[in-house]
Amino acid sequence: MKDRGGRGLRKWVNLLLLAPFIAVLWVPFYNSVEPRFFGIPYFYAYQLAWIWIGAGLTWIVYLVDWRGSDR
Amino acid sequence: MSSFIDPVATGVFITLFFLISSLGFVASRWKRADLGHIEEWGLGGRRFGPLLVWFLLGGDLYTAYTFVALPALMYAAGGSGFFAVPYSIIVFPIVFAVFPKVWGVCAKHGYVTAADMVAGLYRNRTLALMIALTGIVATMPYLSLQLVGLEAIFAGLGLHASITIFGSEMELPLFVAFLVMAGFTYNSGLRAPAMIAIVKDILIYTTLIAAILIVPAKLGGYGAVFDAVPPEKLLIPDAEPGSLGPQFAYATLALGGALGLFLYPHALTGLLSASSRDAIRRNAVFMPIYAFALALLLLLGFMALAAGVKDMPQYADGFARFGNIYAVPALFKHLFPSWFVGVAFAAIAIGALVPGAIMSIAAANLFTRNVYRAYIRPECSEAHETQVAKIFSLLVKAGALGFVTFFPETSVVQLQLIGGIWMCQTLPAVLMGLYVRWLDSRALLTGWIAGMGAGTLMAGATGFKDSVYTLTIPGLEIPCYSAVSALVLNIMVTLALSLIIRLRTGAAPSSPPAPVRPALQD
Repeated sequence: MKDRGGRGLRKWVNLLLLAPFIAVLWVPFYNSVEPRFFGIPYFYAYQLAWIWIGAGLTWIVYLVDWRGSDR
Repeated sequence: MSSFIDPVATGVFITLFFLISSLGFVASRWKRADLGHIEEWGLGGRRFGPLLVWFLLGGDLYTAYTFVALPALMYAAGGSGFFAVPYSIIVFPIVFAVFPKVWGVCAKHGYVTAADMVAGLYRNRTLALMIALTGIVATMPYLSLQLVGLEAIFAGLGLHASITIFGSEMELPLFVAFLVMAGFTYNSGLRAPAMIAIVKDILIYTTLIAAILIVPAKLGGYGAVFDAVPPEKLLIPDAEPGSLGPQFAYATLALGGALGLFLYPHALTGLLSASSRDAIRRNAVFMPIYAFALALLLLLGFMALAAGVKDMPQYADGFARFGNIYAVPALFKHLFPSWFVGVAFAAIAIGALVPGAIMSIAAANLFTRNVYRAYIRPECSEAHETQVAKIFSLLVKAGALGFVTFFPETSVVQLQLIGGIWMCQTLPAVLMGLYVRWLDSRALLTGWIAGMGAGTLMAGATGFKDSVYTLTIPGLEIPCYSAVSALVLNIMVTLALSLIIRLRTGAAPSSPPAPVRPALQD
């Protein structure tokens, strides 16, 4: 990590990668039927939504700290 | 016998199947290079860009067995079968954070397998051999399951003809599919499944989009689909007092699956074929599209429930023979026109060939690099090495075919279950050393033995039927995926022993990773 000085605050964005773990591994957050979305119970809608949220967060981490990097 | 053949569906199926798999033979000319080199045959020359790796991994991880077995699990068990979704959600941040580093070490030193990396980092041949054998043994039942998936599709089409080989009945369609897969793998190596994966995905996405639009419309909307599920199966049940409960099991199944997935040789082979670290990171961003497809696929299990296919006499035969994995083929037959059934079944069948080919290549790479060259013929030439890999890839597939022919399907599923538990036990040796410098190879080996032993015992205690084993400490019951609890033990043993060894022998004589060619003699 020779370029650590140059990255400074940017590297903290990597912590976003932890968010999906907390969101989906703690089942009580989403273990309910209501509210439904388009007839889909919350349990399923929540996890479907987190697929996209997780991808979005990874994308942000990529853009901020890793784009085109060969590290 | 209700298994009459639908000529339209079967015609479309056979045409697509042979057209697409013939691409596998053409693939040897693509990104042309000397296929007599194992990095070319077995890793596609590490030249696949982000888009191609995306297709390859998608084809690799979401297998034919996934397509039939996971919806079947939802069909039978309800919401607790949905753990494959959180599993997919957390696996990609892991890939993003960890695997570019693995790729870097492997590309720099010419490692083709995880065991190559272990041999190079720790200079311990026994540890590397154990990692290689774990990979080979865990891959075999997974490969067999692809053939089980194919069988379910052939049964759905009503294709049934048997030949007698060595005094045992073998399904002819399965044998033909095996020959096709063996042929293009031998000929083109990893280029074949990569090229096929692209076309296969187009078919899969077409099928899925059609299914998620058409099926709920025919069944009265998503609300109606979920209303057909018994309410107690919709969610994960709450814990009994004194137990962490089924929700803990659900979370550990997701975590253990995610930790183990990219330790599997076929998954790692897919990643190592990437052309750069950047290609891997970009993949981790876009792979969740597959996760979404997978989630929709799981819901097909509920749709099969809502459609009530199990009670229809025309499918009784299939359910009797294959059990719940027949649910999705039956749903498609029930709701789609014949020609589209042909397309959908071809997509799933091709979906068996891609991972099947990659699994056999990955197992062959392991055998050749870490058993044959490490122990049998260390001085062999690169061309000879590649020839051994090609032949071993044939043997692996023949073994898988023999397995599904001679053993009941339940034993294949049980072996796959225990394979997943075993695969996780290679995590400390393969990944922890990249971050923790003071690990000792003897400690890693002991940890591996502890993890393998504990994992096997826990699976055995459930009769190899359940991957969740309930640990009991005074006052608390902990139902936990055995792969995770065994891994915790494995890591604790590894860390404690490493610490003891380091304290007794002083600082680590840390040597740089060895390149793969000269380092094989101790």
